[in-house]
Amino acid sequence: MKPALVKPAFVKPALLRAAALVVSLVFVGAVCLLMGASPAAVAVAFWDGAFGTVDQAARVLGTLSPLLLCASGLLFTFRAGLYNLGVEGQLVVGAIAATGAASATESVLPAWAVIAVALVAGMLAGASWGVLTGVLHVFGRVSEIFAGLGMNFMAQGAALYLIFGPWKREGVASMAGTEPMDRSLWMSTFGTTDASPTALLLAIAAAVFTAVLIQRTHFGLKVRAVGQNLRSAHVLGVPAVQQLLIVFAACGVFSGLAGALQVMAVFHRLIPNVSSNLGYLALLVVMLASFDMRLVVPIAVLFSVLNVGSLRLPLALGLESSLSGVLQGALALVFLLLPRGDSGARREGT
Amino acid sequence: MDVVPIFATAIATSTPMVFAAIGETFSERAGVINLSAEGTIMLSAMTGFALAESTGSLLCGFAGAAITGMLVALIVAFGSITLQKSQIAIGFVLALLCADLSSVLGNPFVRIPGPTVPEMSIPVLRDIPILGPLLFRSDALVYASYLLILGATAYFYGTRAGLLLRATGEKPTSAYVRGAHVIRLRYAYTLFGGALMGIAGAAFSLDFKAGWSHRHTAGYGWIALAIVIFGGLHPTKVALGAYVFGVLQSVATLAQSSIPDVPTQVFGVAPFALMIGVLVISSRRRGGTQMV
Repeated sequence: MKPALVKPAFVKPALLRAAALVVSLVFVGAVCLLMGASPAAVAVAFWDGAFGTVDQAARVLGTLSPLLLCASGLLFTFRAGLYNLGVEGQLVVGAIAATGAASATESVLPAWAVIAVALVAGMLAGASWGVLTGVLHVFGRVSEIFAGLGMNFMAQGAALYLIFGPWKREGVASMAGTEPMDRSLWMSTFGTTDASPTALLLAIAAAVFTAVLIQRTHFGLKVRAVGQNLRSAHVLGVPAVQQLLIVFAACGVFSGLAGALQVMAVFHRLIPNVSSNLGYLALLVVMLASFDMRLVVPIAVLFSVLNVGSLRLPLALGLESSLSGVLQGALALVFLLLPRGDSGARREGT
Repeated sequence: MDVVPIFATAIATSTPMVFAAIGETFSERAGVINLSAEGTIMLSAMTGFALAESTGSLLCGFAGAAITGMLVALIVAFGSITLQKSQIAIGFVLALLCADLSSVLGNPFVRIPGPTVPEMSIPVLRDIPILGPLLFRSDALVYASYLLILGATAYFYGTRAGLLLRATGEKPTSAYVRGAHVIRLRYAYTLFGGALMGIAGAAFSLDFKAGWSHRHTAGYGWIALAIVIFGGLHPTKVALGAYVFGVLQSVATLAQSSIPDVPTQVFGVAPFALMIGVLVISSRRRGGTQMV
């Protein structure tokens, strides 16, 4: 008789995640009660907020695209053992570059070409920003965590500078952002909603591409070797420095694209909060998924639902929409602290 | 231009940063990077304000903020020291979680008046030319920060306990062999560092940026972490880094009116450009690349 097919390596993490979910829900329930709101009412508000109307459901898809793109990019750097907290900045420079490229070409190119140029510019800018962080890390010996954080602030500063400086709206500079783009440059959406099918397709393609590249190719093997043990990989002939710069660039390409899509498909202008913290949120997604793309997708969907659903909390119950962040953070923290819920990245930073 | 008021303002506004950065220095010196600083400061600022407003006692506010900082640090310490999990991942997640938690729990306290730390000029000393207006026309918290800088420096480099603390972070095995209880020390200093970060939070909401609002201290925790690197884990240099940051902020405020063509946001990111430059230069002195 053949032995029964058991998959303890899969079942156990699944149980752990379930346990993390329960503990996090209990914690968030306690926070709700502390704020005088019934957890059941909060759950209903979340659901209504995410799926109450077609527009809201579409917004879930709209949030999913940048989240999935950033998470895909982060898989490269995490697999190489790097805590790339600079993903947020890479998204912002992608948005800046897309705005600049669209503005520079809109008078000479057809709309579809302007959008394409803007997306490519976003990817290139994100990649450059990522590589710059990598160069600081590899050659400047600056911890990738602090290099990334520093670059995030620089990117944010650059965006604010442009919004309040050279790219300010005619006569007035405000947190509302730059002048809105011409309607012809807005990427097409599902019906009259805010969700762009192109953005979603690009995000799905990025996720599939990443999964295949990391899991099924020699390149992915080398990245994982570098992540497992940098020095050994180098001794065995893997060009470690080159590999690290490539993964920073790869992450930058996807995050930059996410930033470009935030401009071209969602906001149609550069705004100070163009990232909406989605880069940081993607870090939580990837940590919670233990760097497994099969889990990144459902967790990214869950986080998108929570993010969009939470927008109803202030209106429905007078609660802060940040409650979704509390649930997402608690979930990630509890999972990290549970046995075998390792985050996987190789080193401890500095 | 009279620079004394600029520097005096810079010193005053840098005080919360001094507490936070020296707190992180204690933690890192013991070998634990508490990356939760951003969230810790925000949650402590909210807790400190809420408690002080509810009880009418500033002391209660500061104590509550310090305890909040310690509790967050306890999670970092427990996760990284006892459970041997990634301290970077835990700290980062806590930074996000605590920031969101502060927004949710602090909602009832948004933009309402509360108690603030009173002014307390020091007689005689306040009349010393230049130094008087620069250093001694502030409040108790600012004076406490001077004592913290001096005390921390003396502790690190002038006491046996300080030597042990440095050994705990740099050479834990050697410290253990010499009889030090490394784990206990790491817990103690991480918690102490957390308490200082908590006080930094309350220093914002009860003094320098009095009150509470959503994301009240946004960015300061990350800046504190950067300043610790800038200062090379030396309390005096770390404090100096905090003051440089304060001066840059003061200059930014002034520049807003005198150089209207350059948006103030450019000055806001200057500390980070400076930090990256300093880190690269200091690593160049060490030589070589990190990887191979």
